[in-house]
Amino acid sequence: MVKNIIDVERLSKSFDISSREPGLKGTIKHFFRRKTKSLKVIKNISFKIKEGEIVGFLGANGAGKTTILKMLCGLIYPSEGTISVSGHLPFRRKDNFLKNITLIMGQKQQLIWDLPPIESFYLNASIYDLDKNEAKRRIRKLSDMLEIDNELYIPVRKLSLGQRMKSELLAALIHEPNILFLDEPTLGLDINAQRNLRKFLQKYNEETNATICLTSHYMKDITSLCKRVICVHNGSISYDGKLDLLLKKLTPVKEILLVCHSEKDVLQIENSGFTVKNKTKNEITIKVKNNSITSSLKTILNNFDIEDLYINEPPIDEIIGKILIKKDYDT
Amino acid sequence: MIPNLIKRKIFTLLKVQYSNMLEYRVEIALWAISGIIPFFMLNIWTNNDLNASINMSDIMLSRYFLCAFFVRQFSVVWVVFSFEEDSLMGKVSPYLIQPLNPFFRYFAQHLAEQITRFPFALIIACFFFIFNPESIWIPNLSILFLSIISTFLSFLIQFLIQSIVACICFWTEKASSIERLLFIPTLFLSGLLAPVVSFPEYVKSWIYLTPFPYLIDFPANLLSGNATNISGGFSMQILWILLLFPAFKKIWSKGTKKYTAMGS
Repeated sequence: MVKNIIDVERLSKSFDISSREPGLKGTIKHFFRRKTKSLKVIKNISFKIKEGEIVGFLGANGAGKTTILKMLCGLIYPSEGTISVSGHLPFRRKDNFLKNITLIMGQKQQLIWDLPPIESFYLNASIYDLDKNEAKRRIRKLSDMLEIDNELYIPVRKLSLGQRMKSELLAALIHEPNILFLDEPTLGLDINAQRNLRKFLQKYNEETNATICLTSHYMKDITSLCKRVICVHNGSISYDGKLDLLLKKLTPVKEILLVCHSEKDVLQIENSGFTVKNKTKNEITIKVKNNSITSSLKTILNNFDIEDLYINEPPIDEIIGKILIKKDYDT
Repeated sequence: MIPNLIKRKIFTLLKVQYSNMLEYRVEIALWAISGIIPFFMLNIWTNNDLNASINMSDIMLSRYFLCAFFVRQFSVVWVVFSFEEDSLMGKVSPYLIQPLNPFFRYFAQHLAEQITRFPFALIIACFFFIFNPESIWIPNLSILFLSIISTFLSFLIQFLIQSIVACICFWTEKASSIERLLFIPTLFLSGLLAPVVSFPEYVKSWIYLTPFPYLIDFPANLLSGNATNISGGFSMQILWILLLFPAFKKIWSKGTKKYTAMGS
């Protein structure tokens, strides 16, 4: 039985936000009397994450994904509810807890800008109480995995974004944390760099059984790394479960494009009871429920003279787009 | 625990920050030059014969201002500005989830900067002696040692005051404006513009209750060989550190609960 490493119960977070009316009048009013209101950005959420799981947090901008990660790693204090991460209350930031986690935020760097990354690695190694030989071994291992041997001795300011991100990752993983909080780790990277980073994270998870909580707007990050997703909508959880189940829920039908020999065949298919999406002179696209694909194909191939056919899945980005604006998936 | 912390963390921090500071050596040289206010003040004092009123000879006064320059060079603190910028830009977030208080980084940054600054300050002192050869003196070793300690304590007091002000960032986001307010008494009451002995007697008795005269006036008087209450000066420096340190810990603990991780 795999144990829960993260346990969140009825968690809420509110921020005090000051607002003012536009224009000079608003500015003067704001100067003398500031209006602040409490904005609840996370509303009473609960979930558990098992050791070794990779969980993707999905949601539109401002939905509350990053706030959840910040509370899980102890960076910000929750307004209500309880969080237990690896048996610790994150916000207490005890050394034992901090040595077990890491937070990586895309585009936010901890490396010292004017020095080569190796200096920051040794600095982090000493902060996490690693001796020099152990630090060397880990740097060698991680730099091999990340393929950044040559970049270790070049000042950070001279590295490309991809090289910098890999170095950030190495700096954040030198203490071999069990729990990784990754907030948009592939932000701004090119396709190859994104793929390499995903491969690395997959390998790291397999080798160390680390738990990974990930937010990303690149759907490939989510689909290739996460079996489970938590969808956040306006600070509440709208779905928590397997990604493929969610995709099935959101796309109950497939589209079949049939290429016919003549317009007559197209008309025959249209009149035989299928739901038609669109048609041209000798092509017709029909919608078929996922559970009746085989029987529908049998009917088509037995009764009509078909030149060619294509089964299309809706693009993943389109489906995830629906997730970002939908409030509930279980109803 | 403490030796381990000093050996592994502070030493590496210091080493890395020193390498970083060496990248900015020209900037640091300019900063060292920009700290020559005491020499201007010396000029104003001697040209107007003001030192006669406080029974201090020209030579002792020039030594005092040279020492004030040195003490200032090794006790200047800017942590409030660094922390404010890092806090507003979200750079402080990764440091907060490391098992080391971020202020140790700033502390090491300041120490590294002082080490880098040292040769430039020596060159400036050489120029000072070329123009004021009569002021040349060699302090005895024990006085030199005590002066180094009192300068370090002065640095600690300033670092703690600014760290407390920096923590106000958690509430106001613009803590540096409060630091600017503090700069006024620091400038006038610390002995940077005039030895504290030159103030009227009833004002002096109040000034000596504040931390300001122990920032420059006390270490500078000690190093230059002027009459000063050594044990009283050290006691006040240590007392202020003992008062400021728990205050810093309290405000830090309360402030981090308010942290919203802006910019990240």
